[in-house]
Amino acid sequence: MPHKEKAKDILLVGVNHKTAPVEVREKLALTQLERPVTTLFENLPSCQEIVFLSTCNRVEVIAASSNPKRAREEIFEFWMRHSGLDEDVLSKSSYYHEGIEAIRHVFRVASSLDSMVVGEPQILGQLKEAYRMALEEGCSGQLLNKLMHKAFSVAKRIRTETKIASQAVSISYAAVALAKKIFGDLSGKKAMLIGAGEMAELAAQHLKTNGVEELVVANRTLERAIDLAKALDGKAISLEELDDALVETDIVISSTGAPGIIIHKERVQKIMRPRRHRLLFFIDIAVPRDIDPGVNDIDNVYLFDIDELKEVVEENKAERQREAVKAERIIEAEVIKFRSWLNSLDIVPVIKGLQEKAESIRRRELARTFKNLKHLDDKDLKAIEKLTQSLVSKLLHDPIIFLKKCSKEEDREQLLSLITQLYSLDGLGQTVSLEEYMEAKGKGVKKLSSKKV
Amino acid sequence: MDRFFFQLTFFTYVAATAGYLVHLITLRKGVERIATYILGAGLALHTITIGIRWAYGHHPPLVSFYDVFSFLAWSICAVFLLFQAGYNLKALGAFVSPVITLFMVLSMMHPSQMLPLPPALQSYWLPIHASISILSYALLTLSFCISVMYLIQEHQIKKKQLGAIFKRLPSLQVLDKMAEKCLKVGFPLLTLGIITGSIWAEQAWGAYWSWDPKETWSLITWLLYAALLHQRLTVGWRGRKSAYMTIIGYITLLFTFIGVTYLLPGAHSYAT
Repeated sequence: MPHKEKAKDILLVGVNHKTAPVEVREKLALTQLERPVTTLFENLPSCQEIVFLSTCNRVEVIAASSNPKRAREEIFEFWMRHSGLDEDVLSKSSYYHEGIEAIRHVFRVASSLDSMVVGEPQILGQLKEAYRMALEEGCSGQLLNKLMHKAFSVAKRIRTETKIASQAVSISYAAVALAKKIFGDLSGKKAMLIGAGEMAELAAQHLKTNGVEELVVANRTLERAIDLAKALDGKAISLEELDDALVETDIVISSTGAPGIIIHKERVQKIMRPRRHRLLFFIDIAVPRDIDPGVNDIDNVYLFDIDELKEVVEENKAERQREAVKAERIIEAEVIKFRSWLNSLDIVPVIKGLQEKAESIRRRELARTFKNLKHLDDKDLKAIEKLTQSLVSKLLHDPIIFLKKCSKEEDREQLLSLITQLYSLDGLGQTVSLEEYMEAKGKGVKKLSSKKV
Repeated sequence: MDRFFFQLTFFTYVAATAGYLVHLITLRKGVERIATYILGAGLALHTITIGIRWAYGHHPPLVSFYDVFSFLAWSICAVFLLFQAGYNLKALGAFVSPVITLFMVLSMMHPSQMLPLPPALQSYWLPIHASISILSYALLTLSFCISVMYLIQEHQIKKKQLGAIFKRLPSLQVLDKMAEKCLKVGFPLLTLGIITGSIWAEQAWGAYWSWDPKETWSLITWLLYAALLHQRLTVGWRGRKSAYMTIIGYITLLFTFIGVTYLLPGAHSYAT
């Protein structure tokens, strides 16, 4: 029966950084397969559409299936076969979503609300890549296409309407953001790195990608400075040359292991005149501190130490959390919209059944009547035929509109079964092939989707 | 007739100011652009107002306080819109538009009737001297507003208060550069205003410089701005010191422009 043909639903099985350790995640990533999405598609008979997302923080199979429960079992079996993990571990560390939950999850992942660092933008690109793969391999279809496109647009909407990604949430990014607030444009600026350290090097790297023109590396031992300068594509100097270099520098990142202050206030005061009072920004990420806190009192000199930077980062993280609440609201609204589009899909077969039944009755009755009306000419017969057609279409018009407008899920399900029983659409005795069914669905989709979904 | 247009202009400026402030607080997109359009409309209305008064009075309306404040507001508005067309400095509108509105209020506080021009002032130097001077005031107003923004932003960064204000204001270096640009154009115009004024004085009263209070204070203002620019260009003064000097210079300018007339009467007094 058209409406009995169970409609496809969206499901999702996955693991992420919260539910599974990296040892489990990497096994499920199926890296040994050349085209994991294709292999999955071929081995999961219950899944009509598949997108396979694998990043360092998550592995997820997003699928459309008319039997989601069975699809889940198949995915589990496949994973167990290929990863060597037993069912216990797998079911403990994975999550399963179906229908509205799955849609919400995909939207949240795309918008980076489910990420380790909320708001980090890479995940959207990774999801787009996963979708592109699925599309190329012919594994994605109508349902997932729609889901993915919607997920991308939701992510974009969240990015523009909330400030979820606008704040730096790491020390090195915070340092760059501050530098931008002092200097505006960083192009043409010169930075100096005193000492070494992962965080300092990262900050220097960020400064460079943000346009800083020249990087000078100063170190107690010149060899170390030269090594580091080579790695960061900069110029090496020894600590003795520091004062001269400071005159030329705009941004100083200091992270030496020195036990005490190495840059005193007087030293900076002295260089301000030769540097024509140009703004100077110190970032002191050393513990204990390298730079005299009094430096911040000098005109046009700004100093941030590690604690102050951490505070900035914490505030920004808190702000992201606040923005995330807004984002969740947007997602809820979009999930409902998407779900109602999805629901409208199972109306189509009922409408089609209704129309077909009416049409077959009309034809049968017309044929029977015409047999007894031999005395009428063609014109009259045509008029009668027209009459029946318009009767049928007028009678069906209101119920069909009513069906299409019915948006609440429980109501619609009841309504669908009521109409099915009322018109005994089951008793029609005709079967609709999957192709026909899909075609009918496709038509309905076109009609409905042009109506704004 | 001109009253009507004046009031319409005033309300338009108030609306633009409100728009800029709403944008500053909510950061809602598009509001700033709408405010700028409203301000542009205000400028057009203001131009009509001044044109009508010129036609009625048969001389440029630059004699009474009412007209001079109005023309200053018009100039600031025009200079601001031109400046934003070129540089689009964020949040500037919220600082400049209240000043424009304030000068409109000052204008409204003075009688608007047009008095016949005393014969001594009837010269083509009147529009030249007055418009150049007021244009320079407009530019110096802009540099004043930007310097205020600089000091606020500098305070935020020095005190590590990186909250809402910090996020809304532009970067320090940009503010400093923009204030300097305004000074670099405003100061030569101020100089030119003083020179044309002294040529006119020679024609009207027979002496280039007669040390009346207005002239003395103009010189003081000029010296302050000259010192500031000199320090900027030679020693490389910038940032906080420069911003403070800009503000002191502007207060002196306002005193020269307004205070002198009220407190130290002399030949230059505006009709009040």
